[in-house]
Amino acid sequence: MIDALPLAAVPPEDEALRTEVRQFLSEALAGVPAEIRAHSWMGFDAEFSRALGRRGWLGITLPKEYGGGGRSPFARFVLVEEFLAWGAPVSAHWIADRQSAPLILRYGTESQKHFHIPPICRGESFFCIGMSEPGSGSDLASVKTRATRTSDGWRLSGQKIWTTNAYRSQYMIALVRTSGTAEDRHRGLTQFIVDLSLPGITIRPIEDLAGGRHFCEVFFDDVALPDDALVGQEGEGWSQVTAELAFERSGPERLYSSVVLLDTWIAELRARGADDRDSRALVGRLVANLSVLRALSLSITAKLSRGESPVVEAALVKDMGTEIEQLTPTLIADAIGRTPDAPVSASLVRALAFVTQMAPSFSLRGGTREILRGMIARGLGLR
Amino acid sequence: MTDNVLADSIDALLEDSCPAEVVRAIEQGGSPARLWQTLADSGFADALVPEDAGGAGLSLRDALPILSACGRVVLPVPFAQTMLVRGFLAASGVTPPPGPATFAIADAGGGEHDIVCSRVTHATTSDWVLVQSGTHCRLLPTAAARLESPGVHGSLEAGLTWGPPPADAIRIANDADWHAIGACVFAAQMAGSMSRVFDLTLRYANDRVQFGRSIGKFQAIQHQVSVMAEHVAASRMAAEIGADSTSWQPSPLAAAIAKSRTSEAVPTVTAIAHAVHGAIGITAEYDLQLHTRRLHEWRLAFGSESYWHDRIGRAVVESRDASTAGFIVDRVFASSRTDRTTTE
Ligand SMILES: Cc1cc2nc3c(=O)[nH]c(=O)nc-3n(C[C@H](O)[C@H](O)[C@H](O)COP(=O)(O)OP(=O)(O)OC[C@H]3O[C@@H](n4cnc5c(N)ncnc54)[C@H](O)[C@@H]3O)c2cc1C
Repeated sequence: MIDALPLAAVPPEDEALRTEVRQFLSEALAGVPAEIRAHSWMGFDAEFSRALGRRGWLGITLPKEYGGGGRSPFARFVLVEEFLAWGAPVSAHWIADRQSAPLILRYGTESQKHFHIPPICRGESFFCIGMSEPGSGSDLASVKTRATRTSDGWRLSGQKIWTTNAYRSQYMIALVRTSGTAEDRHRGLTQFIVDLSLPGITIRPIEDLAGGRHFCEVFFDDVALPDDALVGQEGEGWSQVTAELAFERSGPERLYSSVVLLDTWIAELRARGADDRDSRALVGRLVANLSVLRALSLSITAKLSRGESPVVEAALVKDMGTEIEQLTPTLIADAIGRTPDAPVSASLVRALAFVTQMAPSFSLRGGTREILRGMIARGLGLR
Repeated sequence: MTDNVLADSIDALLEDSCPAEVVRAIEQGGSPARLWQTLADSGFADALVPEDAGGAGLSLRDALPILSACGRVVLPVPFAQTMLVRGFLAASGVTPPPGPATFAIADAGGGEHDIVCSRVTHATTSDWVLVQSGTHCRLLPTAAARLESPGVHGSLEAGLTWGPPPADAIRIANDADWHAIGACVFAAQMAGSMSRVFDLTLRYANDRVQFGRSIGKFQAIQHQVSVMAEHVAASRMAAEIGADSTSWQPSPLAAAIAKSRTSEAVPTVTAIAHAVHGAIGITAEYDLQLHTRRLHEWRLAFGSESYWHDRIGRAVVESRDASTAGFIVDRVFASSRTDRTTTE
């Protein structure tokens, strides 16, 4: 069976952050319409990220000597929970704050840490994740992009795809092959920190189904990388990436992505007097599920803070969380359509359309539903 | 006693004293007296009674392992309910009488003099029923009631009707929310039972061989079992939320979350369990049915998911909180924000 996940509480010193964050967000986001806030952690605003950096809210768990806040993962939980609740545009720094900086802290050299982490904490250096390739999605170990040794570094050739924010980031952490072939699977993979301004790199945004531009194709044409672009151990890329994905899978963004839409709809229900029992019960159903998911996510944060690596539990929460995130627009749409002649605000219509269109991506990125269920089954000893 | 020591000792007690044969025998009308005596001797029934009244003085949060363990063995006697009834009586200054006690809410419009409770959990194995009607509770002997069996195979529930209560019947002013208490108690028992259903299913998926390999090697089965694991993990967490109280009784909102989420899990968990088990799961001889029959009943006890969804939804809409996350943080987890953190 899966390990027990005991109910955890945010320690008071971290909980105390909440008031200040709420105050800041209520001013910074005043007047921003629901359909923009509904972009949630996909909303990009470099200036907003820098403003958070000035307040010490980026890299809050990282050591102070590298410009971080030196606080616990619970402090980050509180920050992120509030950012998501308000629909703050956090995409610019999101990946660097969540996984790139912790990865550099864990595997990087002293000079890599001093070079990369302080600008991440200031909101001046944004990162993207170069894992997927055209031929390698779920089967990540089959990546073909290759780095070969030269006298003073590496030469990188190949292609990444679906790289979120590549065209507006300074760095990519790329998983590439440094020895053997795709048949060697988990052996021979290495992670590099790639400066995206280097010659030989071409980045093309791919327009998404809702008209947005975030993910990209990235081409490497014989790019010269310095020696210190390699992060961690040569050949250890697979285990590094696995640890990184545990951070990617367990956070509050895996349950709150649709919450701005929910709030927008509830506000209209209230204005109408909330007289309809079906709608009220739907609110209750979503809130009950979100409450339990929040407790599970917090419990995983407690495990991470004790240095444990709850990979299977994180997969379980992400799979359930994305299901509720996807159910939210589906059920709200039905609730709105139950009274076809009642007026609906344009803002709600737009927020609903955006979340509905993007919802399928919730259970793709960070590992598809099927891959997560396979991981849970392995954790249960079925494979 | 730490959580784990308590959980281990209650688990051992219940596994020893209530194997599946005992559940079957009592469901078929056998006497629960011996089982009850063993449990009564353990002293756990007074877990929620204050120390100065002779109990263990545990909070509901501390007592959760006992409630879940009752579900894990589908205990056919109302031990979990008895704990709450005794906790309530002691808190009201009344010395609880011995014997199994359940609780129920009187039907609305039960008549001028009669007290009618149309669905009483564990009615057939209780000596006492604490009946809430309006602003009062009465502790009524089951033997004095007219019992109407629902005629459901293996059910321990029944409808009970009492004539005008005797003048000396214990009558106590009530300020407790018995729907919420029932929600909390049955959420915990359902979470316990679903954990056992999950264990049975996982073991069966590993043991049963078809097409030359264990069925657990098939991806379709793996994914179903994974979905079940998710619902069971959510249910266990929901039960923890429901019981997260420093007093003997739950917060109504937390209990609502607990019961709605565990009730919601029942159809999926039971359906997957039976699907994976194939025909053997349909037999009387195999233990799965002891759990799935009971889970379907408990899903409705003190309100199904829709009842609680409506209550939660009403609380959200009336709260006027600007955000759902704010409601969750400030209201659902309000108690863990204050009392829990001061002790850590
Ligand atoms: C909005 C968005 C942003 C993204 N951002 C990034 C990013 O920043 N960096 C990055 O590297 N990647 C990113 N991705 C890519 C993402 O990680 C992949 O989409 C994901 O890993 C799945 O790969 P795929 O799309 O190639 O689908 P495929 O792997 O081809 O899968 C297609 C279908 O087949 C199923 N399938 C595959 N293998 C199995 C199996 N063994 N058993 C059962 N079913 C299987 C899948 O579950 C899925 O349903 C992003 C994706 C999206 C949608």
